[in-house]
Amino acid sequence: MSDSEKKIRGWFGGGRLLWPVLSLAALLLFNLIFAPSFFHFEIKDGHLYGTLVDILNQGSKVMLLSLGMTLVIASGGVDLSVGSLMAVAAATGALLVTKTSLPFGIVVPACLALCGLFGAFNGLMVTALRIQPIIATLILMVTGRGIAMLLTGGQVITFERASYVYVGNGHLFGLPFTTTIVLVTLVATLWITRRTAVGLFLEATGDNETASRFCGVPTARIKVLVYAFSGVCAGIAGLIASSNIKAADANRVGEMMELDAIFAVVVGGTALTGGRFTLVGSMIGALLIQTLTTTMYNLGMPPAIAPVPKAIVIVAACLLQSAKFRDALRGLLPRRATT
Amino acid sequence: MSDRTDELLLARGIGKTFPGVKALDKVDLTLRAGEIHALMGENGAGKSTLIKILTGVYARDVGTIEFDGRQISPNSPSEAEAAGISTVYQEVNLIPTLSVAENILLGRQPKKFGIIQWRAMRRHAARALERLGLELEVSRELRSCSIAIQQMIAIARALDVQAKLLILDEPTSSLDEQECEALFAVMRRLRDDGLAIAFVTHFLDQVYAVTDRITVLRNGGLVGEFETAKLPKLELIAKMLGKESGELPSSVGGAGTPLPASEGHPKGGLGETRPTFESASAIGDSEAPTTISKKTPFLSAKSIGRKMGVEPLDLQINAGEVLGLAGLLGSGRTETARLLFGIDSRDSGHVSVEGKPVPLRSPREAISRGLAFCSEDRKTEGIAPNLSVRENLILAMQASRGALRQLPLPEQLRIADHYIRALNIKTADTETPIRNLSGGNQQKVLLARWLAMQPKLIILDEPTRGIDVGAKAEIEKLVESLRERGMAVLFISSELDEVVRVSQRVVVLRDRRKVGELEGDFDEHRIMNLIAQPHE
Repeated sequence: MSDSEKKIRGWFGGGRLLWPVLSLAALLLFNLIFAPSFFHFEIKDGHLYGTLVDILNQGSKVMLLSLGMTLVIASGGVDLSVGSLMAVAAATGALLVTKTSLPFGIVVPACLALCGLFGAFNGLMVTALRIQPIIATLILMVTGRGIAMLLTGGQVITFERASYVYVGNGHLFGLPFTTTIVLVTLVATLWITRRTAVGLFLEATGDNETASRFCGVPTARIKVLVYAFSGVCAGIAGLIASSNIKAADANRVGEMMELDAIFAVVVGGTALTGGRFTLVGSMIGALLIQTLTTTMYNLGMPPAIAPVPKAIVIVAACLLQSAKFRDALRGLLPRRATT
Repeated sequence: MSDRTDELLLARGIGKTFPGVKALDKVDLTLRAGEIHALMGENGAGKSTLIKILTGVYARDVGTIEFDGRQISPNSPSEAEAAGISTVYQEVNLIPTLSVAENILLGRQPKKFGIIQWRAMRRHAARALERLGLELEVSRELRSCSIAIQQMIAIARALDVQAKLLILDEPTSSLDEQECEALFAVMRRLRDDGLAIAFVTHFLDQVYAVTDRITVLRNGGLVGEFETAKLPKLELIAKMLGKESGELPSSVGGAGTPLPASEGHPKGGLGETRPTFESASAIGDSEAPTTISKKTPFLSAKSIGRKMGVEPLDLQINAGEVLGLAGLLGSGRTETARLLFGIDSRDSGHVSVEGKPVPLRSPREAISRGLAFCSEDRKTEGIAPNLSVRENLILAMQASRGALRQLPLPEQLRIADHYIRALNIKTADTETPIRNLSGGNQQKVLLARWLAMQPKLIILDEPTRGIDVGAKAEIEKLVESLRERGMAVLFISSELDEVVRVSQRVVVLRDRRKVGELEGDFDEHRIMNLIAQPHE
């Protein structure tokens, strides 16, 4: 294996991307056969439109959340607070653009810094107080939405600021602006984790925290960092979500989205037990979930029962990833041949 | 006592093989009703395998077990329990948030029409505790009781199923002296009631305090069965370590060297190639060494200690010297190493490195002072199993550089390839996950991890445990070459001959205390004598 080949394998998580990619391909194939309009594109005013573009646009929030979630899960934890942090970011953003005349260039970093702080708080609870991640982040999952409600006074705050509206509705390079946001965040995250030793420290911490600490890896600092990063990702997603509807609805923004993000990460090939992670896999996982949702809508499935087939596909994708399940499946085949 | 009818359990010719390891080979165990029987042996002796076979956790490959006049082959702990064999494990397996009574009767609560009869349950639990001579409010929450009481409650629970044989697996490891005494009183009481008790412990004094007979295992084989009163402590240690107590162990001298059985015998074999000093000295300052001491030791620790870890002790480690840390399992060797490396915080004492006092509060800090620690527990404290050989190898080095100064990949590969060749690590390539390597090769990767740091002091805790003979010899050779290059080495091992071969000086620990220090001219026999020496 050459050096560059090793590098590429490292960036793309070795062979682990095979199954998520196959799942996504199967879903697209299904649409190709049963709903060919899925692949239609249209150019209007120099912008690309079509179902696939919609998927990229709609999926941007889960993709962003799953970037942060991947790192948190790699550290051996989980972050349930991201949906609520989206609401915090949306409420803060909407308040700042309506109640103050601060330039949007200040509003964005302010919202993200706030969410980053909340994330760091999660991290401190996990490291300094040794609270289990699921409980520690559950606290903010519940109180975060409360804080957002408090900020907005329980009202839906609407806004018209063009720059804010552009975030979730504008176009750049012929594609929705959200695509650029996701790409830039993804590349930045890849760079930070793979071009510095942060990725190695994170994988080592998730794989064996004690051993890593004994090697001098600053495991607590790494953990606080990834929770803070997850908060920032949630902040970006929250700004997009509120921009989409030109309003901050603290009750609904990001509702249940933490679960979609966890699904995306797990389907994408990062184990919940921590350790090795693949950011690209999580992106594919997020796309898989969004494609699935869109497919349901396209087929005219009532939203009330849409979660059922969604759950089935997710279970199937998870099972396909399990080497044990694949072995069991293989074990079944010859037996069937003999009986 | 020796009446045949007293014999409750007769295990004969028990054998068990795990993939690649013969864990037990033709082991006999005889337990009599009305006796406390110690099961002794160092790590890997086969004690826990034997117990797990008796309690139905493992199935034996060969051999017979006759219990209470019947042949038994328990397939699960509950089957063993039904037959009358109960076990209390080292960690108390109870539920802290339930009451004492519930814990004693969990799964067997007295019921009427499916409804728990609380009053009957409390009465029953109180009776079970009474049998141990324990009076206790049984509706108390378990976690409000001390560990010792919890231990007794676990015993009460074990006995409540009409047990004839009670197996106590290291029950005393988290108890203080008084609590141990209370436990022993209960054990004697049960023995006098006609129960057979199998007692596993690492504390020699406890064996002599409470047991009637001893079965010693070593490396999966039976060494023998002895009456406690007729087996001097020194001999017991010798048997556990696989040595003859009366003469020098044959492994020291090398082939064909005649060995006078005198205490002053210089270390044979390898000993000739290194400086030997005129006189041996126990604790206290020695004037003798000319080559090493006189300058400031690399590390000097004054009365460092930790409650339930080690009693305060002094240590000095010089550059270019291997200091051995000898003692039986549980004597405080690892605890000492953990104090030095900043893993556990010490309650007392000071440490200075190269003459300067240092706090040593975390592994990170210890590493920055030039220390390295290769843990005895490779799996939980050493390897990151799913990461590659390369990543495991450079982890400490990268950690000391910080996250932002990533070692370039070609450099990582160069270091990994260098150590794979230098230490003869058998791996498919640098990117193989370390879990796919054999134990000995994993150990070498971990050694390489620290050697790449070029530490000034390396602490090796049982570096040769669980690895094959060839790898052992390689590691010993490596330690010698590190010493020659001026590194200080703290070498911890249960294998006395190994300690004697590689060290210039040995600190001996027993029951979490430093009991002596030997220098220059010492051998296994003198170490064993120190270990066996009675309490002051």
